[in-house]
Amino acid sequence: MIATTSVDLNAKIPNNVGLADDPKLQRALEKWLPNYLEWWHDMGPTDFEDKPVFLRTAISVERGGWANYAHVRMPDYRWGIFLEPNKTDPTIKCGDDAGAPAWQDVPGEHRNALRRIIVTQADTEPASVEQQRLLGHMAPSLYDLRNLFQVNVEEGRHLWAMVYLLHKYFGRDGRDEADELLLRRSGDEDKPRILGAFNQPCDHWLSFFAFTMFTDRDGKYQLAALAESGFDPLARTTRFMLTEEAHHLFVGETGLGRIIQRSAELQKIDSNGDVRAQGGIDFDLIQRTINYWYTYSLDLFGGEISSNASTFFASGLKGRFREDNYEDHKAIEGMYRMPVVESGKLTEQDVPMRNAMNEVLRDSYVKDCERALGKWNKLLEEAGSPTRLTLPSRRFHRHQGIYAGQFFTPGGELISEDQYRASEDKWLLVPEDNDYLVSLMKPVYEPGKFANWIAAPRKGIDGQPIDFEYVRMD
Amino acid sequence: MQQPASDVSTHLSSDASNDSLPPPVHFEVDPSAYKHWKVSFDGPIARVAMDVDPDGGIRDGYELKLNSYDLGVDIELADVVRRMRFEHPEVRVVVLTSANDRAFCAGANINMLSQSTHAWKVNFCKFTNETRCEIEDATEASHQVWVAACNGTTAGGGYELALACKEIYLQDDGNSAVSLPEVPLLGVLPGTGGLTRLVDKRMVRRDRADVFSTTAEGIRGKKAVDWNLVDGVFPRSKFDEKVLERVQKVVAEASDDLPAGERKGVELPPLAPEVTDSTRTYKYVSLSLDPVTRVAELTIEGPSADDVALLKKGAEAVHAAGADVWTLRAYRELDDALLHLRVNEQQVGLVLLRAKGDAQTLLDHDAALIAARDHWFVREIVLHMARVLRRLDNTSRSFFALGDAGTAWAGNFLELAMAADRFYLLDDSDNPVKVGLSELNEGGLPMLHGLTRLQTHFIGYPQQLDELIGSRELIDPEDADEAGLVTVLLDEIDWDDDVRIAIEERASLSPDALTGMEQNLRFAGPETPDSKIYARLSAWQNWIFIRPNATGPEGALTLYGRPERPQFDWKRV
Repeated sequence: MIATTSVDLNAKIPNNVGLADDPKLQRALEKWLPNYLEWWHDMGPTDFEDKPVFLRTAISVERGGWANYAHVRMPDYRWGIFLEPNKTDPTIKCGDDAGAPAWQDVPGEHRNALRRIIVTQADTEPASVEQQRLLGHMAPSLYDLRNLFQVNVEEGRHLWAMVYLLHKYFGRDGRDEADELLLRRSGDEDKPRILGAFNQPCDHWLSFFAFTMFTDRDGKYQLAALAESGFDPLARTTRFMLTEEAHHLFVGETGLGRIIQRSAELQKIDSNGDVRAQGGIDFDLIQRTINYWYTYSLDLFGGEISSNASTFFASGLKGRFREDNYEDHKAIEGMYRMPVVESGKLTEQDVPMRNAMNEVLRDSYVKDCERALGKWNKLLEEAGSPTRLTLPSRRFHRHQGIYAGQFFTPGGELISEDQYRASEDKWLLVPEDNDYLVSLMKPVYEPGKFANWIAAPRKGIDGQPIDFEYVRMD
Repeated sequence: MQQPASDVSTHLSSDASNDSLPPPVHFEVDPSAYKHWKVSFDGPIARVAMDVDPDGGIRDGYELKLNSYDLGVDIELADVVRRMRFEHPEVRVVVLTSANDRAFCAGANINMLSQSTHAWKVNFCKFTNETRCEIEDATEASHQVWVAACNGTTAGGGYELALACKEIYLQDDGNSAVSLPEVPLLGVLPGTGGLTRLVDKRMVRRDRADVFSTTAEGIRGKKAVDWNLVDGVFPRSKFDEKVLERVQKVVAEASDDLPAGERKGVELPPLAPEVTDSTRTYKYVSLSLDPVTRVAELTIEGPSADDVALLKKGAEAVHAAGADVWTLRAYRELDDALLHLRVNEQQVGLVLLRAKGDAQTLLDHDAALIAARDHWFVREIVLHMARVLRRLDNTSRSFFALGDAGTAWAGNFLELAMAADRFYLLDDSDNPVKVGLSELNEGGLPMLHGLTRLQTHFIGYPQQLDELIGSRELIDPEDADEAGLVTVLLDEIDWDDDVRIAIEERASLSPDALTGMEQNLRFAGPETPDSKIYARLSAWQNWIFIRPNATGPEGALTLYGRPERPQFDWKRV
């Protein structure tokens, strides 16, 4: 019985980790897989299980192997396990032991920290699927519906990738943690997901695009930092995940871009420049959405001054974004100057570089977000719109780190709680925004057609035309 | 790096006007001025919510994040525990919880510890241990059961605080865990009773305790229950409701066999001693310090005939007199003086104890007190005396009881002589000094290890003990010496010189060696979990605190939160 299942497993699960010859891994997956499928059925996209979706499936790590397109029903999706091959002998990239050979097994000394890192990363993957499960019912087009499902199945695969590490390298504890990943639920009062942003509701497509733009972008930087890990299987796993993550960011960045473009068009059409009067999404609402999701995503990088961040870097478990571009991989010296609140005033403090590693990673992220904002503003300029969008200060609306519990304007100015509460609804999403967006977003399932509030993309997926039947609805 | 505690513990003066020294620590607090605790009452249930003000540290240089604590936080907690017993006798269950939405309690503040001197750390740990023992004492002796409602991360000292409670409930949210991360993260011990209570109180299997104490992230959910680390876990949405359900049952259990007396609280007013550079004068207790000889004189005045008359009127009259009753007032003063000595007057090595008064009045006092002891308030007074005497046993100074003219060593004052390291008694027929036993010497004021001070004193001489027990006669110095109660009996001609020499000799010996020696000699006999905490856990912790692996330049405690990683000397010692 077990032997047959193992053969089935290997055929079903594309992998380059020697699953066929690894009874320990087979045993773990045999138990976990049915639970995963049950979770997918319960918490994955609702009501689309029988619809063939034009999905990309990774079947090997060879060139092009990661991108095989075909119409697939989601429950039949082949979730695989892949490690990016090493081109050279892997080394520890950062910290006290930078330059030494990388670990092929978990060093006992770092076992708990690594497990925590992996579990925290893993927890975000099913969380986002849960957050997005109702969105199929208000998709603005088949093209977007397909992108949603592509994101969903790949988040599922990323969960697999992390569960593989837990199963393979962390023994019984790892299996227990893998089971718990399927038990927590986004937004559940009793069993919430670990990180705050992954418990926020994602009720409509504006939030979905903002989520994939800002929150998944945090994921990119976390994965990039883990791709520098001295624990080689983790580094290789995350490097492969990054190729898929790029598509999620593309969905978010172009999705918001297309809304902005459409809103600029509607602004022009309307005699009063009133986007909402034309059935679109007004720029104030877009700005509030940016403010909301960007700041929740900033929280995900952790505290500005963090002994965990220091330990992770010092131990070589987690590096900086593109660690290769730095000259000093030990970072034992040097300070990071950051604004802090002291006795009710904003002042500057020098923090040892290693303790500021979360902030260093956040810097790379902020720069990337600023680039996207620049692109959107250029789009607005070209469309002849007077509107410009901005990124709020990284101190604004924070729930983690040194700015949590303090009150700032989106410009980063320290204000009183009363002042903040008086303007909060101008800066952040309010329930009425949700009502409006939900009322606006009626599904469009006709190939080539798009909802009024969003522009069509420039091109289709994998060279297919825009009016391709990306999801077969009959 | 700041050294918040380096100076306070060495000065000999209580004068706060000197700018270069941090102010002395005050152990008396007023509930209206609590910075870190919110206490509320609902009939028989009190809720004590930890809500530490991050900027409210007792010293500068660290931030009390995530409900982490320092000495100031614990001084307030000790006050909560004490006042709960005296001022709120209607309370049967105290729910210890957190008002911080992210943590129940993250334990002792690490930056505070790594910045502190050794002496500050030791005094901090000792005081916090005493507070936790007081919580257990309230649970066991006062029908006031403490229950921990851990509504978030419960780490290190946070879990130790929970361990001091009779029952522990943990929020089950997939995240909140109980943990003792000291060994893996800081290279020190969970030194506020953590290890001892784990195996001796909760009787967690030692192999599991080993795994638990080396797993920094701790254990949560069902496993925490299976391992008996907590008594139950409840989902977050039902946490308050389920805890309350359980608490109501505990209220019912704790309401059986209540001591007599109207459950009307007795307020504890400030002691307000008169303070100069070298003296601290209370109503019954006085402390004076000599910075040159490093000797302190601690004198306590016994009860008057009026005080005894009040006791004889019975429990209700005692209750009505409240905090003015000699027994409560005098021992509160003694407690405060001891705490002041420990933390603010660290240079003092030898304390000369004098118990002044009339011996027969003391015996009458004790007899009247015992007679009224069915009343909850009188009972609390005796329990309080016992705790203060235990604080004395645990104070790392040499104590000589000096039985010169005007002193009396009967009943509860004989405990002071038995708590002291030596008892010098004057044998002078012109100034007779009397010695005698009351029922309090034969139980009621036990030491930490469960024996009375007389049992400990006569551990190798049970027959001598038997001869004394039960007698309520006052005896002369010579007979007291004969009975084995006196260390050195001196006549009036020898007294001055012999005592002076003994004092000078004592003051010249290594303070570290004396501390170790005294603590080893004071507690002959068996161990209890409480005594293990001080004798074993604290001793190990104090050793670890001075080892380079913890506090050296590359030690784990020194480097916690800093960019460098610790470097251990791997040699086992």
